[in-house]
Amino acid sequence: MAEKKVDPKAFKSAKETRVVEDLSQLSPEERERLKLLGLDENIPHEGEFVQVDAKPILCRKKVEGLEVMPITQALKTFDKIGDYLWKVVSPEKDEFTRAVAEDLDDGYFIRVLPGYKLVYPVQTCLYIKSDKISQKVHNIVIVEEGAELNLITSCSVHPHINSALHIGISEFYIKKGGKLTFTMVHMWGEKIAVRPRTGIIVEEGGTYISTYVSLFPVNTIQTSPVCRLVGEDAKASFVSIIVNYPDSHLDIGGEVHLEAENTRTEIISRNVVYGGINIARGKIVAKAPKVKGHLECQGLMLSDEGLMMAIPELDSYYSDVELTHEAAVGKIAREEVEYLMARGLNEQEATSLIVKGFLSVKIDGLSPELQKQIDKTLELAKLGF
Amino acid sequence: MNYLLEIKDLWVEIEGKEILKGISLSIPVGETHIIFGRNGSGKTSLLMTIMGFPAYRVKHGHIIFKGEDITHLPPYERAKRGIGIMFQRPPTIKGVKLREILKLCAKENGIKIEELARTFQFSSFLDREVNKGFSGGELKKSELLQLLVQDPDLVLLDEPESGVDLENIHLIGEMIKKLLQKDVHRPRKKSGLIITHTGFILKYVTADLGYVIMNGEIYCKGNPLEIFEGIQKFGYEGCQQCLKRCEF
Repeated sequence: MAEKKVDPKAFKSAKETRVVEDLSQLSPEERERLKLLGLDENIPHEGEFVQVDAKPILCRKKVEGLEVMPITQALKTFDKIGDYLWKVVSPEKDEFTRAVAEDLDDGYFIRVLPGYKLVYPVQTCLYIKSDKISQKVHNIVIVEEGAELNLITSCSVHPHINSALHIGISEFYIKKGGKLTFTMVHMWGEKIAVRPRTGIIVEEGGTYISTYVSLFPVNTIQTSPVCRLVGEDAKASFVSIIVNYPDSHLDIGGEVHLEAENTRTEIISRNVVYGGINIARGKIVAKAPKVKGHLECQGLMLSDEGLMMAIPELDSYYSDVELTHEAAVGKIAREEVEYLMARGLNEQEATSLIVKGFLSVKIDGLSPELQKQIDKTLELAKLGF
Repeated sequence: MNYLLEIKDLWVEIEGKEILKGISLSIPVGETHIIFGRNGSGKTSLLMTIMGFPAYRVKHGHIIFKGEDITHLPPYERAKRGIGIMFQRPPTIKGVKLREILKLCAKENGIKIEELARTFQFSSFLDREVNKGFSGGELKKSELLQLLVQDPDLVLLDEPESGVDLENIHLIGEMIKKLLQKDVHRPRKKSGLIITHTGFILKYVTADLGYVIMNGEIYCKGNPLEIFEGIQKFGYEGCQQCLKRCEF
């Protein structure tokens, strides 16, 4: 399957747009959209970062042990930035990484100091307000030894823009015994192209939990984060909850390299296809003995006008490993719809409930607040025919 | 007679194969009727047709509920009018908790889900995925709890005793009695149609009238306990030999 071509040069620089100074300058409609995605004063956060087009407009932290700043500031003030910048994602990877390396707009730098376990999430939001721009961000997250961070990122666009490109380079470092829960709840638009490039390193005993939720129409997303578990007992899990609409081209993967003994990983994806092209990739590479990995991909096809591809890959360089995968693609079982119809639901309501249930993955290690946020998004997506 | 359900000369086919051949029966308000029959005799097909599942195609005849011809209404419209069904083998619905379905069944009828679940020792199942990993008895309890919350006027029960161990059968009997208002002296408002091939449910729930169905036709109707005794003694072969087709 050919990848969907997106030319970063076809978009204007985000730096050319009219500058918004703070959240109050966004329209009520825009603020409501962001609120739905979690940027809500009533939800407790340890820190916040909001960027509109090229400009960070909100950056604050509320607790000790946490550093939140625009990456452009960290480049000047964080003396060890050289140890983290472009270390797990190569600037030469492709035209999108090169575009960011050549013309960075901004992005966030978040660091949790050793031993600090943050209770509430840190919320970030990368928002595209202007038409026909490419937003080029670079994010670095460092969870120091024994620290814990729940990071939610809610990316969205102005509801009425025609086209835009988001390129996000993300480099995450989880030190010994640290834990990063990274949850992406996105609401892009039908004309938006998204090209994240993500690399993660997890040291001994560290944990990385990634949840990607995309339930709203988007033109194209192509992403495949690469996670290296380099220390013993490190673990990583990737969960993708995806709804694919007609004319959407989503190619979403996850790649985990098990590089030390007793590392383990799980890659789970649930895809509902109303049309368009949906590619769910997963790859686990065992580069050490005594490791475990499991891939699970399930697709629900609700239309004959689309394509669902599940591409699992398991590579092992050792015999003493346990790598498994299961994949299933199918339609909604008629008997399930009829069962619910006998309880008084019409066909649309029954289908909607089944789809919602299918996408309700129980994510181990996810805090109840994050789970609530995902459940709320599922409700919002008004699933069904 | 005030009938809740009337079935008139019902002919039904599934995938082109005739499975019900001229079924007629009437259930008055407040009565429970029971249909005996072997596996494959057409019992479940009759319930599925009354509930309105589209695979069961009515070729001829009518289903009248509360005086309205519902022969061609979809299942959810029949559910709204007061028909509820207990499935023999209900499907698992991934990610959907029993509590969610109960809330949908209840709509705004004021029935207290928690209290009802507690009464029938089923509270710990409310937050489990519906029917996933449930034992035979648990499936029946889940089905009956949904019906108790839905509160239909006509209850269709498909083999309510099958796969249930002795420990649970009594509780399931209690749930059915509550559903059919067996604890209420007449006039009862709830009616039931139970199908069974073993007949053992009669030990726990009384019925007003019994039928035997064979090859998609009703061959006999009468006192349910007498019919049950006959089947116990002589089997369905006995029915075939001894009973001439009834004239209704």
